[in-house]
Amino acid sequence: MQISEDALKQAYRQMKTIRMFEERLHDEIMTGEIAGFTHLYAGQEAVAVGVCEHLDYNDTIASTHRGHGHCIAKGCDVKGMMLEIYGRANGICKGKGGSMHIADIEKGMLGANGIVGGGPPIVVGAALAAKLYGDGRLAVAFSGDGACNQGTTFEAMNLAVVTNAPAIFAFENNHYSEHTGVSYAVGSEDIAGRAESFGMKAWRVDGCDFFKVYETMGEVVDHVRAGKGPAAVEFDTERFFGHFEGDPQNYRGEGEIARIRKERDCITIFREHAAKKKLVSKKDLDAIDKEVSDLIDKSVEESRAAAPPTAEDVLTDVYIDYI
Amino acid sequence: MAELMLREAILQTLFSEMERDENVVVLGEDIVGGMGTDGGPEAIGGIWGTSTGLYDKFGGDRVIDTPISESAIIGAAGGLGLTGKRPVAEIMFADFLGVCMDQIWNQMAKFRYMFGGKTECPAVVRMIYGAGLNAAAQHSQAPHGILTSMPGLKVVMPSTPADAKGLLSTAIRDQDPVIFLEHKALYAEKGEVPEGDYTIPFGHARLAHAGEDVTIVAAGLMVKFATKAAKTLSEQGIGCDVIDLRTTSPLDEEAILDSVENTGRLVVVDESPPRCGLATDIVSLVTNKAYASLKAPPEMVTSPHTPVPFARELEKAYLPSPDKIADAVQRTLAWK
Ligand SMILES: Cc1ncc(C[n+]2csc(CCOP(=O)(O)OP(=O)(O)O)c2C)c(N)n1
Repeated sequence: MQISEDALKQAYRQMKTIRMFEERLHDEIMTGEIAGFTHLYAGQEAVAVGVCEHLDYNDTIASTHRGHGHCIAKGCDVKGMMLEIYGRANGICKGKGGSMHIADIEKGMLGANGIVGGGPPIVVGAALAAKLYGDGRLAVAFSGDGACNQGTTFEAMNLAVVTNAPAIFAFENNHYSEHTGVSYAVGSEDIAGRAESFGMKAWRVDGCDFFKVYETMGEVVDHVRAGKGPAAVEFDTERFFGHFEGDPQNYRGEGEIARIRKERDCITIFREHAAKKKLVSKKDLDAIDKEVSDLIDKSVEESRAAAPPTAEDVLTDVYIDYI
Repeated sequence: MAELMLREAILQTLFSEMERDENVVVLGEDIVGGMGTDGGPEAIGGIWGTSTGLYDKFGGDRVIDTPISESAIIGAAGGLGLTGKRPVAEIMFADFLGVCMDQIWNQMAKFRYMFGGKTECPAVVRMIYGAGLNAAAQHSQAPHGILTSMPGLKVVMPSTPADAKGLLSTAIRDQDPVIFLEHKALYAEKGEVPEGDYTIPFGHARLAHAGEDVTIVAAGLMVKFATKAAKTLSEQGIGCDVIDLRTTSPLDEEAILDSVENTGRLVVVDESPPRCGLATDIVSLVTNKAYASLKAPPEMVTSPHTPVPFARELEKAYLPSPDKIADAVQRTLAWK
């Protein structure tokens, strides 16, 4: 599948933004300034970006508790996200939601979700709306290997099939749900196969290779936009950090994290592939690194300096006037 | 007596109840921690540290680590209970009640009644609830009001390590479904815990602080806040009874009414929103049954009618606090 140099640079910029956002958060959380639970997405960037590269703002996604990557890939404002995670009044959700609940409907981002399995049913609704709009829109539900055990996910897949909804179930198999391994928790271990058994077409792909993700998603999106029904993709991917920040990770194998960082880092894999195929120059990629690093520095600086919400803000936004 | 944290009291009680009765089985997400990983079982030992070591001691048939499937967990607990076992299921965050509501509300809670009283389902569902950790709207709620409103369930909210032990032992030995709510902000709370066999009957409140002027009713974490307020007020010469409900279903009406008949003033503290909740329930009980004793309108100190916010400042404004409780007490005293 062809991809323009500009699109490639943009994809790299987003992957790098997610990575730096996450690594910076990992450090900043140590300072104690950030409250609540934070689940880092680093390692899985190629999935979010490779999927969302095929979407525009009319297409919607629903994310998980590990949502930063999906938000950035879908175009959410990075500074607004950082402000939100710092719990600031001018955060993207006014400090009310925090890391686990970032949403931006204008960008087609229907929300990170604190409830495992919360997203897929919502995506079926968004997909049915897309069908009514009749202009080829679609909706994507990101779920982990753990979420594929939730009844809501099963119900959503079946409903999507029987209503021929343009929904895509994107399963990010990072081999863990919290501290439990996929081999223990997922009976068949074949998540794509589960989706197939509901009567939809499903793909399996290496989620650490942006180019493979991008290519596969091209096929998936074509299938769904053509009205051939919902589809699923299982991405084999890696989680670099713990389940949440503060997780001691002593359930992971000896040297496992060092190994996946060395062999399965989607950013390294991207750079190597781009160099080998002479797709984007190293100089351009380095320039993007610098640009992203500045953005993250500024986001953190501004977040630190920004004002928190006030007590009265607790009472606003309870009943919503839909425009 | 040993001094234990509330979480340690829970773990020790699970240990001793499992040892005492081989029918006791525990199940829940990541309660073993490390299943199917290189680190192996017990690498984590449960998210909350309330199940560490159970798997090593009792094995996988009685300590069942489950996939993320709350409906199946609660349904399985119901089925185990119906067929002679004593399941103790864990719902990692009480908010996930939303996912398994049917199995609790329409199944487990109704078996005994629907089946003409011939059926028993001795299941315990431990749920970790409450705000205070900035865990935001889907990981901070206090759903005891919703659960208390469901006939067929017993609802327990310990506020001290000793009560956690005594009430959990009772819950596990009870013949009915019991919802056992553990506040995440109380897990590190320390206190003396009686050794050996120790049970506390349901429906018996505890007087956490004694005084003559105002009755404060609370449960769970709110007991800690109310007691703090009562201590401050006593330095100003104001005496408060703090009634720790311990169980909201059954409810110790007598303890509440006796105290209000003595003080003539009522402040109810509740962590959950005010509409159709525990606070309104207690206020209506008192106005119905002890109206003549009241010297001032009852006060409710609750969270506002909103979801739980994330930011520190917002969550602080959301939760009742010792100061807000003391202010409410003062208002009942100032009323003319
Ligand atoms: C309904 C529900 N059950 C349990 C949890 C607690 N929890 C949060 S994340 C998680 C693991 C999710 O695993 P997976 O779906 O594989 O996603 P990953 O963390 O690997 O991204 C669990 C059990 C939750 N948030 N919601």
